Amino acid sequence: MSTETFLQHLQERVEQGAPEWLTSRRQSAAESFARQGFPSPRQEAWKYTDVSRIAESRFTLASDAALSEARLAALRLQVDDAHRLVFVDGLFSAEHSDIGELPAGVVVEPLSQALMQGREVLGSQLGRLTGEDFSPFAALNTAFAHEGVLLHLGRNAVLEKPVYAIFVSRTGESAVMSHPRLLIRAEQGSEASLIEHHIGEHEAANFTNVVGEASLDANARVRHYKLQEASQSEYHVSSMHIDQQRDSLYASYNLNLGGALVRNDLISELNDENATTEFWGLFFGQERQHIDNHTQVNHNAPRTYSNESYKGILGGRARGVFNGRVYIKRDAQQVRGYQNNANLLLSDRAEIDTKPELEIYADDVLCSHGATTGQLDENAIFALRARGISQEMARGLLTLAFATEVMEQIPLAEITERVERTVAGKLPDRFNLMGVVEDSDA
Amino acid sequence: MLEIRDLHATVEGTEILKGINLTINPGEVHAIMGPNGAGKSTLSSVLAGRDGYEVTQGTITFEGQDLLEMEVEDRARAGMLMGFQYPVEIPGVKNIYLLKSALNAQREARGEEEIPSPEFMKLVKEKLEFMRMDTSFLQRAVNEGFSGGEKKRNEILQMLVLQPKLALLDEIDSGLDIDAMKTVSHGVNSLRSENRSILLVTHYQRILNHIEPDQVHVLIDGRIARSGDKQLALRVEDEGYEWIHQESAA
Repeated sequence: MSTETFLQHLQERVEQGAPEWLTSRRQSAAESFARQGFPSPRQEAWKYTDVSRIAESRFTLASDAALSEARLAALRLQVDDAHRLVFVDGLFSAEHSDIGELPAGVVVEPLSQALMQGREVLGSQLGRLTGEDFSPFAALNTAFAHEGVLLHLGRNAVLEKPVYAIFVSRTGESAVMSHPRLLIRAEQGSEASLIEHHIGEHEAANFTNVVGEASLDANARVRHYKLQEASQSEYHVSSMHIDQQRDSLYASYNLNLGGALVRNDLISELNDENATTEFWGLFFGQERQHIDNHTQVNHNAPRTYSNESYKGILGGRARGVFNGRVYIKRDAQQVRGYQNNANLLLSDRAEIDTKPELEIYADDVLCSHGATTGQLDENAIFALRARGISQEMARGLLTLAFATEVMEQIPLAEITERVERTVAGKLPDRFNLMGVVEDSDA
Repeated sequence: MLEIRDLHATVEGTEILKGINLTINPGEVHAIMGPNGAGKSTLSSVLAGRDGYEVTQGTITFEGQDLLEMEVEDRARAGMLMGFQYPVEIPGVKNIYLLKSALNAQREARGEEEIPSPEFMKLVKEKLEFMRMDTSFLQRAVNEGFSGGEKKRNEILQMLVLQPKLALLDEIDSGLDIDAMKTVSHGVNSLRSENRSILLVTHYQRILNHIEPDQVHVLIDGRIARSGDKQLALRVEDEGYEWIHQESAA
């Protein structure tokens, strides 16, 4: 119940040799967490998402990263041509990782190792974008900051292969918590892709609390794919903080298929001309899953651009929340900001709360936002039935099609195929889609 | 194959079909022509099983079964397929998914196993080639962004894969240029066989130069006013419908 329960494990993490700046940042973050306490539904940002289930649980820290090769192989994506980092319950597994060769000017390292190396970029970046009081969860992550991914791209460095970071959550005797930290520092003209993959063993009931910070200098390009496939008992909270300079592009593909209780925050700061943020999202909830996505794009400079589309599919008694804020600062003229959230409810008991927010203080801007919660197109259902396809399968195909519209934005086939199969496989049996999807390779 | 007896149907309370009688035997190709408002599209819609059309009198029997009692998908599985005048765009549903699930639904209804993938791909590729369509088409969404001609070719491709017993083609020629018309007709003609029937519903005679009918029926004011061979279609093309109207009124 109390914040102290969460902080009591802190001593275990105060390892020898942690730099002083980190010790002090952790300390003040722990204080911030204690001060803020867990959010309550009385707070606007947490109105629809009750985290008392997390607050009332007891979690320990994992003490080992044991995982069989076969187990990992069954869980991970078949992205072999990648710089791979594997974490098990928050701990880095050197055994399963294969970072491989890196071009000059690029650092890809587990955070623990980067700390030991004394990488200077950490001191200047860690906590720079989150601030102290963004949320109690972000503060909690900083208090435990120890492990995660450092991706540092030097000037004009281009990483051809994606960085593939796998976070495995195990089924264990007692529930564990982990606080992965992602640090992306992209200097001028650099380019890379990151796949952040959260996957849970069946019935793993752990708490994963991620914080990411991405700083993009002029003309840097970062594509960030997040595939969240935690078990249906897992708690997953994350915030991603993005800071963009001139001509930079940050594209987020936020795909949430798993988790009992999920909350993602994405905040992008567009600080100079021609910086572009793209937010693509898909959330798919079944049974009693609760998935909350809060996004915020701050157009702090003229001629900055954002494009956002989130799609939700909810069945059973699942609940979805979408809150998308687009803020345009005074005198940030000629901004373009588009946002859309479309949802599909597959059952009478599924629920979505969607709230687009536009806040505009400039007069020469092009913005639009929309939210729809709909049913499937009856004409399309008829057209499929007229070919002999059952009513239910027609609905299944169209539901899958609804997700496909976001998938089409993703150039990595390993991800789109995985998502398509997962969605097809998790749709109610009556849709009977697996036979169709498995044979899609023409 | 298909037997329509004294069919009456209403749309929103207005009677559109006023007693249609039509028998199509295996192997026959029939064409129904008629002016606007005669009831052609209502007849197609009733056969297809669209909502909003109420049959107030009469029967339709397909292969000995009461068609009006069958669900839309069951009609297709039993072998009656409709090629639509305005094929629907279905974003996100790949053509290959549609073809595969439709074919398997039909096989399941016949108590057969699902088609093995290699066999399916072989079949589909052969039909694509026949319709002069590229294999990349399979990964595209059904009719999305297709031209009018591509949509119609797609309808015929589905027929070639699904091999209906009775193919109903509703204004299949509308919006087709001469090349597309030839490809579509070539596809339809390849379906002709002694145990398969075709019913063309059309406003224009032109398509009948490419798909030669055994019988032509002229639908006027909800009834078949006249039936004949292909000469009837040519006369309608030359003289319009007025003379039939007058003769049947007399």
